[in-house]
Amino acid sequence: MKAKIVITPKKAVLDPQGKTVQTALEHMGYAGVAAVHVGKYIEIDLQPGTDKAAATTALNEAAHKFLSNPVIEDYRLEIVD
Amino acid sequence: MHFAVLQFPASNCDQDCVHAIRSLGHTSELVWHKDTALGQADAVIVPGGFSYGDYLRCGAIARFSPVMQAVQQFAKDGGLVLGVCNGFQILCEAGLLPGALVRNRDLQFHCEQVFLKTDNFATPFTSAIPRDQALKIPIAHGEGCYFADAGTLAKLQANGQILWRYCDAGGAVTEAANPNGSLLNIAGIANERFNVAGLMPHPDRSCESILGSTDGKFIFESMIAALQQRGAAEAA
Repeated sequence: MKAKIVITPKKAVLDPQGKTVQTALEHMGYAGVAAVHVGKYIEIDLQPGTDKAAATTALNEAAHKFLSNPVIEDYRLEIVD
Repeated sequence: MHFAVLQFPASNCDQDCVHAIRSLGHTSELVWHKDTALGQADAVIVPGGFSYGDYLRCGAIARFSPVMQAVQQFAKDGGLVLGVCNGFQILCEAGLLPGALVRNRDLQFHCEQVFLKTDNFATPFTSAIPRDQALKIPIAHGEGCYFADAGTLAKLQANGQILWRYCDAGGAVTEAANPNGSLLNIAGIANERFNVAGLMPHPDRSCESILGSTDGKFIFESMIAALQQRGAAEAA
């Protein structure tokens, strides 16, 4: 079982990395790019037999408290078998 | 007065802070990140560097270190805490200061002299700063762009919690003088109780004329004056 956590900068926060990647994509000729947001991806391997509901609760807490900073970032958590 | 300077793996301004405090005639000691007590500290400095390699986010791991739990308690009890550069980032991550520091808007690491306008002189971190002078203090950071949501910014302004803003040599707060894209040109702030403050520029690197400026002294001297006043009040 794995937890997948995607962390992205909040819309209101300046994302110069995303902007730079967007500009580079445009220079390379990839048309139609409206915006790029560069974030982080964290994958956590869970021990076999882990209770999915309990892991979801615990990892939501960890994501809120530690893995992301709610002042500047949003996150999405998914637990897959 | 006695200053505790925290030391995390990859702190690199810890010795500078100790040196700066000693050069002002006061005592200072390093406190290791695994320690759970701050000794006889009258004040705490969270120094600059790249604590824990800046992994995950700047300051994100340091804030959960044992010593930071002692700092939380110290701050709760009203103790003076100053965070410099990475120390500012750690205090924001720890929730001791509002907002966060993100990547500089030009994505570059800035290592240069900047000027600071002091917005509030009635604090333990600013009282000894000359009223009519922009402070010349160096910065050295890649993630010093201050961000907070609109509500938090309004509160900071209303309470006078913005202590320093980037300005030009003449003291004018301009967009051109903003090295990193910080909202409202914010270089440093305090908490609501004014016993915790953080700033990206390095007062520890500007306490001796050989380093190009002695303006950083005013910040430490403010803290020392505040501590001495407290001591006098307690003795009375």
